[in-house]
Amino acid sequence: MQAFTRHEGLVAPLDRANVDTDAIIPKQFLKSIQRTGFGPYLFDEWRYLDRGEPGMDCSRRPLNPDFVLNQPRYRGASILLARENFGCGSSREHAPWALADYGFRALIAPSFADIFYNNCFKNGLLPIVLPAATVDRLFREVYAQEGYRLSIDLQAQTVTTPEGEVLTFDVDPERKHRLLHGLDDIGLTLQHVEAIRAYEQRRRQEAPWLFA
Amino acid sequence: MSGRTLYDKLWDAHVVHVEPDGTALLYIDRHLVHEVTSPQAFEGLRLAGRRVWRPDSVLAVPDHNVPTRDRASGIADPVSRLQVATLDENCRTFGLTEFGMDDRRQGIVHVIGPEQGFTQPGMTIVCGDSHTSTHGAFAALAFGIGTSEVEHVLATQCLWQKKSKRMLIRVEGVLAPGVTAKDLALAIIGRIGTAGGTGHAVEFAGSSIRALSMEGRMTLCNMAIEAGARVGLVGVDDKTIAYLRGRPYAPEGEQWEQAVAYWRQFVSDPDAVFDRVVEIDAATIAPQVTWGTSPEMVVPVTGRVPDPAEAPDEVRRRDWARALEYMGLEPHTPITDVRVDKVFIGSCTNARIEDLRAAAAVARGRRVAPNVKLAMVVPGSGLVRAQAEAEGLDRVFKEAGFEWRDPGCSMCLAMNADRLEPGERCASTSNRNFEGRQGAGGRTHLVSPAMAAAAAVFGRFVDVRQLEGVS
Ligand code: SF4
Repeated sequence: MQAFTRHEGLVAPLDRANVDTDAIIPKQFLKSIQRTGFGPYLFDEWRYLDRGEPGMDCSRRPLNPDFVLNQPRYRGASILLARENFGCGSSREHAPWALADYGFRALIAPSFADIFYNNCFKNGLLPIVLPAATVDRLFREVYAQEGYRLSIDLQAQTVTTPEGEVLTFDVDPERKHRLLHGLDDIGLTLQHVEAIRAYEQRRRQEAPWLFA
Repeated sequence: MSGRTLYDKLWDAHVVHVEPDGTALLYIDRHLVHEVTSPQAFEGLRLAGRRVWRPDSVLAVPDHNVPTRDRASGIADPVSRLQVATLDENCRTFGLTEFGMDDRRQGIVHVIGPEQGFTQPGMTIVCGDSHTSTHGAFAALAFGIGTSEVEHVLATQCLWQKKSKRMLIRVEGVLAPGVTAKDLALAIIGRIGTAGGTGHAVEFAGSSIRALSMEGRMTLCNMAIEAGARVGLVGVDDKTIAYLRGRPYAPEGEQWEQAVAYWRQFVSDPDAVFDRVVEIDAATIAPQVTWGTSPEMVVPVTGRVPDPAEAPDEVRRRDWARALEYMGLEPHTPITDVRVDKVFIGSCTNARIEDLRAAAAVARGRRVAPNVKLAMVVPGSGLVRAQAEAEGLDRVFKEAGFEWRDPGCSMCLAMNADRLEPGERCASTSNRNFEGRQGAGGRTHLVSPAMAAAAAVFGRFVDVRQLEGVS
């Protein structure tokens, strides 16, 4: 997994609450058996004017000029600013895959849906929860100032604005540790093989039908 | 010390190891697998040269991409076909049980788990699918996971988890005739919001929950995720146990007795403490219809489409306005004036036998309205389909002008050929009314099976409580 330590980047404002995973990556693209290549289809129904199908050459498709990511001033954005409950809906990891493939490294919102939040950490994508009032203010600043960039430091758990204001955020110590070092979960778990086997042995005694 | 909640008991029974910050390595008893979220996980195993830790804990089934008619001729879309073939091949390679597309037990993953008795109380159950919460109806700790975690469970039989907060939704009183678990679920989401359960494991309790059938409890737990809760739970009682008796994967003989004794503990202690409690009066709930693009955008069938000017805050005012534009609805329109183009009865929320019976009770002796282009019934599994046919429900539907299809996810998310065209309006028994969910530009109204059948025969939403033949 790609590690996340520090990141400085352009911010794009996606001014909607409850952005669901169907919007982030529509179902037709879930037919892929690959883990990569979802970036061009990120927010497909909002981003393009035609109907997207897997395998299309997206560089030739008509763009929706109103959609935020299509506006020249947000080109190259790597931090997405969003509203409440971002990533609600399905468990599809294609959503963080698409966001990361597009070039996002971090997401900032007042809240995220649980499964989506969890999936982000498995893909080197940092979801940052800030209070709704703070997010609201960031939206205003992004709109007011072209080229608005934020600087994120995971170790210090800070987001720094262009004016030098430092905002702090919470993250679970264990998740932070794994993301900072880009650790592979399966590798870590396999260090506990003996504990897993001991658990299984005990369970086989007390609940043998579970192993039938 | 206060007692433990059902969630605490399930959690404690599965902890293998705990990190200093409380992150636990949990043992997983059952792993359901479908074709959409698993290919990259198997590929990961292959690349790392890993095996499946416990093949007997896995049950796989293709459901999202399968066609619902003319199945003998296979899957027309080559991309869908490849995804299903990839699941078949992965199951062969890794030695896993799969109910293939032609197996009569094939169906929606969350329908077949309980139907086979693969889902049992006291278990941890995961699936690369958010509606895994459904299985919580059996007092199992069941939740959806992403593909990286699917790979992790396949490789290690465990998952790293942080404990959630505990929430109790207590529902007391009697649901009126014609008001179902689906209406209860939608009413709860309308009240607490789609993020209301975020970070929480929700337990449903109270006299109304006890009165629900297992099918109804599954519908309710299924929708827990639409309230933001990864986990929905109902404590064990006699109904839970009676449902499981004699199912193919349920324990037998002496082990059955042993299992039942063990299962009985999976209820919250009377003095258990929850982080949050919500009280609902069942008697106040009417049949529900969603009007927007989020399950929380819901009103009773007696209500009207709301006015964004009356939204509680600015963010919601804009969301409501956007939703109404997408849905092609005007504020203040009575819900019963809204006409539908298609009707979908199916999905892991409402495609079990009880759901089909409720829909058939409305369809019986009536005809699908001329303005409805398509009304389809998609059973949740091959066995549900067979049961419905044994009861003659297929004939009721066909005589009324409904299409009777083969089992699968179908138009719940339209990954197969069943979908809405842009602008089409659908009464659907599924769980998500997100933009484009049932097809790009499609407009979804979530309702119960009886309400969907009624919308089909009247061509618009009607209050099923006013129909004859609805018990
Ligand atoms: S029926 Fe719908 S919600 Fe259920 S598993 Fe299938 S696609 Fe998901």
